[in-house]
Amino acid sequence: MKLYPQHRRVDGIGKVTGKAIFGADQMPGHLLYGAVKRAGIPHARIVRVDTEKARNCPGVRAVLTAKDIPGAHGFGIVVPHQRVLADDKVRYFGDGVAAVAAETEEQARFAAEQIEIEYETLPTISSPEEALKSDAPLVHEGSNLAVEHRVRHGEGEKPPDAAVTLERTYRTQHAEHSYIEPEAIVAWPAEHGGIVVKGSVQNLFSTRRSLAAVLDLPLNKVQVIQTTLGGSFGGKDEAMTLLSCRAALLALATGRPVKMVNSREESFIESYKRHPYRLHYELGADKDGQLRSMQIDILADAGAYASTSQFVTWRSTVQATGPYRVPWVRTRVRAAFTNNNYTGAMRGFGSPQVNLAIESFMDELAEEVGKSPLEIRRLNAYRDGDVTPTGQQLPGKVTIVEALEAVARASDFERKWRENRARQKEAGAIKRGIGLACSYRGVSLGAEGTDAAGTLVAIQTDGSVTISSGITDMGQGAQTAMSAVVAEALGISLSQIRFLNTDTDRVPDSGPTVASRATIMGGSAAYDASIALRKRLLEFSARTYRGDDSDFRLEDNALWRCDERLMSFHEFVDKAFASGISLMALGWHKAPKTTWREEHGQGTAYFTYVYGANAAEIEVDTQTGQVRILDVWVCHEVGRVISYAQACGQVYGGVVMGMGYGLLEEYYQEQGIPRIKNFDEYTLATALDAPNIHASFLEHPDALSPIGAKSLGEPATEICAPAVLNAIFNATGRRIRELPASLERVLLGRQLRRHGIRTSLAKEAP
Amino acid sequence: MTLPESDKQPVRLRVNGESIERVIPADRTLLLFLRDDLGMTGTKCGCEIGECGACTVLLDGNPVCSCLVLVVAVDGADVLTVESLADGDNLTDLQEAFLDHDAVHCGFCTPGLLMSAEFLLQRNPEPTELEIRTAISGNLCRCTGYVQIVEAIQDAAARRRAKAP
Repeated sequence: MKLYPQHRRVDGIGKVTGKAIFGADQMPGHLLYGAVKRAGIPHARIVRVDTEKARNCPGVRAVLTAKDIPGAHGFGIVVPHQRVLADDKVRYFGDGVAAVAAETEEQARFAAEQIEIEYETLPTISSPEEALKSDAPLVHEGSNLAVEHRVRHGEGEKPPDAAVTLERTYRTQHAEHSYIEPEAIVAWPAEHGGIVVKGSVQNLFSTRRSLAAVLDLPLNKVQVIQTTLGGSFGGKDEAMTLLSCRAALLALATGRPVKMVNSREESFIESYKRHPYRLHYELGADKDGQLRSMQIDILADAGAYASTSQFVTWRSTVQATGPYRVPWVRTRVRAAFTNNNYTGAMRGFGSPQVNLAIESFMDELAEEVGKSPLEIRRLNAYRDGDVTPTGQQLPGKVTIVEALEAVARASDFERKWRENRARQKEAGAIKRGIGLACSYRGVSLGAEGTDAAGTLVAIQTDGSVTISSGITDMGQGAQTAMSAVVAEALGISLSQIRFLNTDTDRVPDSGPTVASRATIMGGSAAYDASIALRKRLLEFSARTYRGDDSDFRLEDNALWRCDERLMSFHEFVDKAFASGISLMALGWHKAPKTTWREEHGQGTAYFTYVYGANAAEIEVDTQTGQVRILDVWVCHEVGRVISYAQACGQVYGGVVMGMGYGLLEEYYQEQGIPRIKNFDEYTLATALDAPNIHASFLEHPDALSPIGAKSLGEPATEICAPAVLNAIFNATGRRIRELPASLERVLLGRQLRRHGIRTSLAKEAP
Repeated sequence: MTLPESDKQPVRLRVNGESIERVIPADRTLLLFLRDDLGMTGTKCGCEIGECGACTVLLDGNPVCSCLVLVVAVDGADVLTVESLADGDNLTDLQEAFLDHDAVHCGFCTPGLLMSAEFLLQRNPEPTELEIRTAISGNLCRCTGYVQIVEAIQDAAARRRAKAP
């Protein structure tokens, strides 16, 4: 097995020359443009929608409302209640009520503004706490309680007696994915009826299912094709389904291709966010800090629609106690409907919130019992064969301590931590701090749902290869990772491979590309296809050139018999094809079985786990509250590294996204009205803010993964924020329990807010 | 209902070396001119308020956010976009370095970053890490954490110095 091959991305050249086609770059002929009339208020009953003026606007070809939808009005992976166009009520500010197609984008947007909607205003629910009050108005029929999960671990109704008890509450914020490419789609009426939709879609098969239901078409008449995707981070799922359905309805109504592209403001207002959590943690421990019990109560803001709250909060439920042995656990995680932006998948998927809490809480416990953050984790961290609160014995090698020791050693953690602590009271405005955080994470979907994927490998007669997969690339490098697996198995170079963007008509439904499952699932399916092809080809060579199959091998773009190079790969596959050998194979990989019993919160939640640790060194300016992150040391156990540069890239990007979550980013709404609509106020880290990042990996190829690799994308982003908060405590002696640790929170201990509309904002939507 | 029409004006620009004459609405931004009127979609639209830098082009040699520039205000200017960099299949050393260092993830911010970096390297053949980070601090990237981008620009600078007479 090759170690750390340096790969150039298979989709790189188009991206450095400007030739890659992203969603908004599509310019087919006879194009119409779509625009949406949005609610602009958080909660109201729709009394009347008047589209007359809009229909008479110049260039307008169609104006649609919910009553023009031929099939289902709603979609959703858990509850299909998110309306393509609102019919009965609007449930958040960004809800769409009508859609317009016109000859130009300006005309479409202008006409959309002319649509008049009469509302009967309803009270706004702006927090999950309000939503669960007995007299709260309902966002949906039934109940405002969207989800409730529990875990019960250990006997007895009460926690075992403990010398040390601790109780803390932490809070996290709404965060926006902030893919730099806003959502974009083009929809065409298809030649035999049906629809083709092409654009920046992350999960094509989910979008296709929704399109089919909304348009009342069979799946085989709905084709969803991915354009080069300008980042997603979990965000281009329902947001794209919504855009796709509207564009498709307009395309079918007009018989012409319809393009829809969200402005950044529309994207902020409409798209789903990371769930804000209120996390209440209680623990019992021995006097030396050995954990005896944990009681956890978490409440999340689901916003206006169910989306993936069910699954996001489930991952939180499974991982809430962190990578620590706790004999007695009671966890309850709930999410409630509000009139805020709906919340759903975002890189990390319910882990950044619980990691923020448990990793801060472990440091608070360390402080209580007089240990260092490293010592308290060493004492409590999982070891081989330990059992999680869901009753699962951890499979394979458990490497949390190994990862912790690696970052502690690399950062000289213990010495710095003690020195910084001693210097807290010394003179000088600038204080240094160092903080530690670690996590374990279930790989792939786990007991959320069906977990299988397919990859199609087709060798061409000139020796070049095309690969396509139901697993998508959104910038994380899935195409290159899968290509690397194929290249290794067929002994060819990566430059011979062209990866085709995902097309639901051409590849099997592989589930969503989420949960850091692209490499392990798509890559394992690519491996399955490649070894099938290799076996077929080597059997052919053994028959044709005499010898045992085992005498032959594919390497260095050639066919070899023992040490003799027989011919080039090109020549060989051409001969094989001439003899009627199929050069195409569909690989399929199904993940090992997982189980879940919801009533007790017990089961084999995930088939395997990854482990990781961060150490962050910072400076705090105690006169301004500014935190500067100097260095972050990172260690992840990932099974096997497929591409070293890409693995590092996931770590670098993940750490900086985690840093933004910790220090900078907050999307906030005032009584359901969005107050942040673009990157002027939603501050992403720039190159000047980003720290030095030292990445390292532990490799223990996982027996449960055919290619040995596990997950990295989400682990990389889920522990930076708590490491930074722990470092702030180490520097200042002050504990911040609410994100983000903005200048005001660090300096004053509370957030300052601008109220109302900022008059300088150029584009007040809608 | 009628849509308020913007006055139209004739403009002449050089875009990637080619002379272009058009009559365009006075409120047309350079970004939309490039993308919609000229069909040059290499330059990306990310925020339209000059924050993300995805639309960065060189205007008379200087990096600007093309979403903030009205075409009529820069009549006669020389514009270079990402499409001007490679000569057919021959990539520039900056583009090569971006690929070699895996500085391109989703690729949406890449065109703007390349133009900011190109400007830096033309002015400063031996930039420090801080100078590089400053030069690209107007280009937001959500994927990479900037590390590999900084490495790529450092490497491109070294490649150019090695080639310089």
